[in-house]
Parts: sequence; structure tokens; C-alpha cells
Amino acid sequence: MSNIKYLLLRRITQIGLLVLYFAANAYGWHILEGTFGASIIFGIIPLADPYTTLQVLATGFVLGADVLLGALLIVLFYMIVGGRAFCSWVCPINMVTDLANWLRRKLKLDKEEVNYRFLKRNTRYWIMILGVIVSAVVGVAAFEILSPITIMQRGIIFGFGAGVSVIFAIFLFDLFGVKNGWCGHLCPLGAAYSIIGQSSIIRVKHDHEACTACMKCKVVCPENQVLHMIDKESISVTDGECTNCGRCIDVCDDDALEFSIRSFAKR
Amino acid sequence: MANSNNNRRKFFATTLQSVGLTALGGLLWSGYSDEVKASPLVLRPPGALPEEDFLKACIKCGLCAEACVNRDSNKNRDGSNRPGTLQMAKGGDHRMIGTPFFVPTEVPCYMCDDIPCVPVCPSGALDMPSLLNKEEELDINKAKMGLAVVHKESCIAFWGIQCDACYRACPLLDEAITLEYHKNERTGKHAFLLPIVHSDVCTGCGLCEKACVTEKPAIFVLPIEHSTGRAGSHYVKGWDKKDQERVKDAKEIHTKNERSEKEASDYLNMEVEY
Repeated sequence: MSNIKYLLLRRITQIGLLVLYFAANAYGWHILEGTFGASIIFGIIPLADPYTTLQVLATGFVLGADVLLGALLIVLFYMIVGGRAFCSWVCPINMVTDLANWLRRKLKLDKEEVNYRFLKRNTRYWIMILGVIVSAVVGVAAFEILSPITIMQRGIIFGFGAGVSVIFAIFLFDLFGVKNGWCGHLCPLGAAYSIIGQSSIIRVKHDHEACTACMKCKVVCPENQVLHMIDKESISVTDGECTNCGRCIDVCDDDALEFSIRSFAKR
Repeated sequence: MANSNNNRRKFFATTLQSVGLTALGGLLWSGYSDEVKASPLVLRPPGALPEEDFLKACIKCGLCAEACVNRDSNKNRDGSNRPGTLQMAKGGDHRMIGTPFFVPTEVPCYMCDDIPCVPVCPSGALDMPSLLNKEEELDINKAKMGLAVVHKESCIAFWGIQCDACYRACPLLDEAITLEYHKNERTGKHAFLLPIVHSDVCTGCGLCEKACVTEKPAIFVLPIEHSTGRAGSHYVKGWDKKDQERVKDAKEIHTKNERSEKEASDYLNMEVEY
């Protein structure tokens, strides 16, 4: 059981949030209403997606105070506490790409990570910037008309329609196309949260003394470039691209990885 | 030296390729986004900004639709539940994905007095001040979701058959739609009762379209920009004192060109054989 502890917690969080969102529409619950674009907790506290907010502002529209305050709250939360936790603890697409990744491993489709010439892990940052530019040029939040994240979430709340094909496309892309293709290379929202959360206090910490260099953590990690310290030094994972999913902690048999509070003291 | 030159060449080539691919992506993305915006015949919730601004502003949160769907008053006359008016556009709806809209023939807007869909909008895409009356209270009658249009060739009232379904369905009875009486010259003893929509009152709720008895409704709601024309500022109502004000300071203009040297009658009758 202990090797799926954080996986279970994440699935409970992800599905639990979707249940609350779904019930807000289906049964009129006032716990968590709206979608990731903008939500409201208990009918009082506004929340908003910072990247969506940025795109809407780029179109030249002056947004209402609720959205601005909501985006600020989200930014503060992930900046100070969560890091890029949105991606692995909230985003429903994570369940789709995790499934694709798991199948990839079971079907032995990825012996090694292929080095694509123009599909690097930093492609997402260019897409993120491009999204803001396109929003400004065309006058519509450009990523929001494509985003499989909100398409999936709205699908669950309001019904999928043809939107289900987008989710399936992402699944196929990650399974047969590029390993960690969507979340690890393309998604501009993940890029935004990587930047927002890069100095957060909750971090995975590596204990070099306990590590037996089995490399299970690197196999399971969706952003394994952040685990460069494995079997080398006892430091925290400070790269913003770490989603704090905790899978490395789950699979580690040697207690060499654990969540910890970032130490700001200079070494 | 040769090596460093080679590196530099490689660096420039890669940079150029990256820039080129980014530009390609940007153009494709822009083109797609622009096409997606072009879904003109869509009816938005009350208080929605003009479509161009609405598409900028809507953050696709669905709070309006949730407020609309979860109404105790969503009941038919016989007490059975009916669905809410607002839907969130899905893939395949051919409307911008994630934006709220309604289809009168499915569920029209029942014009709730408290307008639950508007105050919940966090982004300002649904503009609450536009629905406030002089007493600063929400007034659904100020909504302009669209404008009903009558196609008189398929409206059976224009054939002389008595039908006032739309007139009676209208929540602003005898204001937004009035009946105009005309003599039926064909029979000589009957009257036409013709539905006339008044665009200054009509809110575009679509109850008339839903009520219309013809196979495909002869009265239907279109977004205001699609159901109205514009005369242009150069037409002035000479009989309207207020309109005349617009040309109060107008001066006579004398055009001077090659043509104006002659009298109009000199050239207008040229090449005409009598």
C-alpha cells in the first residue's frame, strides 16, 4: 500500500474536486462552483486560472475584480506553498496522461527518451508566450479554445459532445507519440505553473546516503530531468518543473526521497 | 577558427528554424482562433457584451449556466421539470467552445426577475449595469439578447388564418409584439391579425419562437446585429424636430469641379434622342 500512497491521495483530490464541480451544476451545491477558468468557493472566495486571466487581459479586456483577485489567490498559493502541484493534484488531464504513461511502460514502448529536434521540454514556454501573443492579435483567449484541460473538465460537468475526441487525441499522442508529450513538452498551463511555483516551500528532498541508485524514481518521474541529484547529493528538488506528484517517493524502496519544507538557509 | 565558424552557423540555423516554426505555429493558431470566433448566429445570456467583446471577456467558467440550470422555477406548467436555458458550448456545437448560449426552440429564456445568471459572472462578460433600471434594480426587461423577426410568407397570420400564438407567448404582452388589424380583401369579411415586433421593447427571449405553430418557426430570434439595419447618418427626418437638430448648423456646400461649371440640365440630357 505504501508504494501508492501519494498516487491515491492525488486521485482522491482530483476526483473529489471534479465531484464538487459536477455537483455544483447537477445538484446546485455551493461548495465549489464554476470551472478552472474561474471558480467560487462557498459562494464567497473567488479563484481564477492565472494563465487564462493573462490571456484575457492580453485581448485588451479589463477583467472584473473577482477574476483578478481569484488569479492572485491562486498565484500566491502555488508560489508560496504548492509549486507546480496543480498539474498532478488538480488537473484531470493528468489522469489521462498518467494512464498513457503507465501503458507505455507496460507495453515497453519507451526504452529511452527520444531527442526530438524541435519538441523539447522548453517548447511549452514558447507556446505559453505565443498563446498570449495570439490572444492579443486575434482578440480571444487563444489557449482556452484548445485547452484539453477545461474541455475535459467542462465535459465532466456539462457533457462532452465531440470534445471527448480531444482527450482521446492527447491520450494517443502520449501513448504512441512522445513520452510525456502533452504535460512535459507542450502544455502552456504547466509551463505557467512551473514558473509560478519555482520557489515554493514544499519540495521533494533526496537523501544521498540512503539511495541505492535503483533509478525507479527516474523511470516513473514525468519530468525526470528535475531528479538530476539522484545518487549524487542530498539536496531538494528545486526545479519548478517538478509537479510535486510524489510518485518518486512512492516507488522508492530505500526512503531516500521524502516531501520536506525547502530550506532557504544558504549552504 | 573553422570550428567556431561552424558552431556559429549552426546556432544561427537553429535560431532561424525555431523562429520560423514559432511563426508557423503562431499563424496557424491565429487562423484557427479567428475562424472559431466566426459563429455569428448565437444567442447569449442577458446583459452580454456585444459579441466581439463578449468573446474576449468570457472566461468560460460556466457560473451563469449553473445559476440558470439550478432554479426551482425550472418547471413546466404541468409541474414536470424542464432543463435550464443556458448551455455551455461543447465540441461539435459549432459555437466557441465553453461559452454560454441558448437555443429558443429548445429552451427559451424565461426572463427570471432576479436574473440569476448575470450577477455571478466574475469577468464582466455579462454586464450587470446594463440591466439596472433608474431605481438601480435589476430589470430583465432591459435585456437585449436578440430581436425577434417575422417571416411573413410563412407566418399563417399573414395568410389570413387566425393565430396569435407568439403574441400570447410574449412575456411583454402587447408591448414587444402587438397585433395589427387589417381587412382581408380576399374574403371581404375577415380580418388579418398581424404580429408586429417592436425592436425597442423586444428582449430576444425567444418564447415567441418556441410557441410558433409552424413547422419551422415563422418568428425567430436573431442576434441584434443580424436582425437590424442601419440607415446611416446622412438621412435626416425632416418632420422630426429632434432629428432636425442634427443638421441645425449644416451649411450649404457648393461643389466646384469640371462638371459643376455646367448646369445639370446641360449634361443630363446629353446623348438623348427625342
